[in-house]
Amino acid sequence: MTTQTLERPTSAPAAQRRRRLTGERAMFLYTWLIIAWLVVPILIMIVFGFNDPKGRYNQTWQGFTLKWYKDVFAISDLTSALVISLGIAVVSSLLAGALGTGIGYALGRYRFRGADGLNLVMFATMSSPELIMGISLLTLFVSAGIGLGAVTITIAHVMFSISFVSTVVRARVITLDRSIEEAAADLGAGPWTTFWKVTFPIILPAVFSGVMLAFALSIDDFVVTNFTAGTTVTFPLWIWGATRVGLPPQVNVMGTLIFAAGILIAVVTNLRSRSKAKRS
Amino acid sequence: MNRVKRTLAPYLLVLPGGLWLLLFFVVPMVTMFSLSLQQGDIVNGYVFTGHWQTYVDAISNYQTQLIRSLVYGLITTVALVVMSFPVAYWIAFYGGKRKSTYLFLILLPFFVSFVLRTISWRQILTDDGMLLHPLKEAGLLSPGFHILGTSYAVIFGLIYNFLPFMVLPIYVALERIDPRVVEAARDLYAKPLTVFRKVVFPLALPGVFAGVLMTFVPASSDYVNSGVLGSSSTTMIGQVVQAQALANSNYPMASALSFFLMAVLLTGVFIYARVLGTEDVMNAAAR
Repeated sequence: MTTQTLERPTSAPAAQRRRRLTGERAMFLYTWLIIAWLVVPILIMIVFGFNDPKGRYNQTWQGFTLKWYKDVFAISDLTSALVISLGIAVVSSLLAGALGTGIGYALGRYRFRGADGLNLVMFATMSSPELIMGISLLTLFVSAGIGLGAVTITIAHVMFSISFVSTVVRARVITLDRSIEEAAADLGAGPWTTFWKVTFPIILPAVFSGVMLAFALSIDDFVVTNFTAGTTVTFPLWIWGATRVGLPPQVNVMGTLIFAAGILIAVVTNLRSRSKAKRS
Repeated sequence: MNRVKRTLAPYLLVLPGGLWLLLFFVVPMVTMFSLSLQQGDIVNGYVFTGHWQTYVDAISNYQTQLIRSLVYGLITTVALVVMSFPVAYWIAFYGGKRKSTYLFLILLPFFVSFVLRTISWRQILTDDGMLLHPLKEAGLLSPGFHILGTSYAVIFGLIYNFLPFMVLPIYVALERIDPRVVEAARDLYAKPLTVFRKVVFPLALPGVFAGVLMTFVPASSDYVNSGVLGSSSTTMIGQVVQAQALANSNYPMASALSFFLMAVLLTGVFIYARVLGTEDVMNAAAR
């Protein structure tokens, strides 16, 4: 109901109606202005991946070239930074997916002692400044004598992703129709069978989007990673380190490719869920 | 037996993830607080001495950066409320079938690395970059004019990076408003401005509240924008903490500053919640 647009009452005087129309048009233009502003740096990133800069600084247009696409992996430490980022993102999103699904399912399905405390901790992890989480993890690892590197980065990424996965899964579990599970039980399925054959397939899309969210959070994270990385260099850390000396166009190309892949995945998932909604 | 299993089920499901959060979120906070009261150095180790002096030093040495961070955060947040409201309003009430497309466009920046986006702005705003160079060539700006390195550039970056976090919660709140409530107000001859002031805005407040929470805290503790777009005269507290922790390995100082910053931010959020009369902060923010 709330999705329908507002009907303008026809009884309004003409002047008032006109005023409302200009207001509407102004807001429409303003919204597109904001969207254009949001897109500016992305366009610059894409365009300058095709630039042919002469010096170290890739910030004025000097001619079209495709050579950075050909030589995208020519800078070996940049490539390894990207590989490390992807590896950490895969491992941490799968781990956070498993741990977060457990919490999300329990919170959505059962009432139990300690649920409030858990909710509080989850809320705190999602709203804490990354700076503070980063520093506190650093102090823990330093005090415990744990060497910093890919493992500590992964531990940190799992930590801040769990709550996001849980929240997404919990929302799906709450809307779950319990009668389907009861029907399965009536037909003689044990709790284990019911879960894997009935419940899990239903919540799987939520688990999947939780894992995707965790993947996106991990691959983009800079602040927490910066504090837990030691000498390990991820993609965002490499970019940060190169700021002072000027970025090579390969960074623009990699950024563009990640952008394109992200858009593609988002659009495909959206279309799939839309066609599924139409069918049912 | 089955009953025991069932009452145990939620605990078994929660245990691995809950333990992870306990070990790597709760315990580190305690460690950080403890370390802020310790003395020593990275080579010889740290000893707990209840050294509150670190806090006194932290505040007196870095009060400029602390205050600057809070001011930048506050300006950013206020600007975000003003800038985001019309966008969220238009999408919620006039977006029609394309609502999700508009939201997708608002979220587009998230498909590009946060650091990369900020550096992209640096390339645009730099002194001889594509924005200032042509204006200077045309004589519209004096050759000495620059944006990069000023507080304007840092706040600009903060607003840019956190805008979606303000638009989304306000949109969600506006989207929940029953259009019939607005119609009823109009039928009762409320002027558009009155409808907005007395009906729409109060109903959108939980969204504004969530938006402020999601932007003020990260904006005040950010150090990427001030690092990439700012200069030594725009240093924010995040940069100080980062330098103390990573460059100087002065963990007690970094911990004390972080803990103090967290306390200030939480107090700010708490006062804000009380002033606004929001009874359940958690619910408003979690929704």
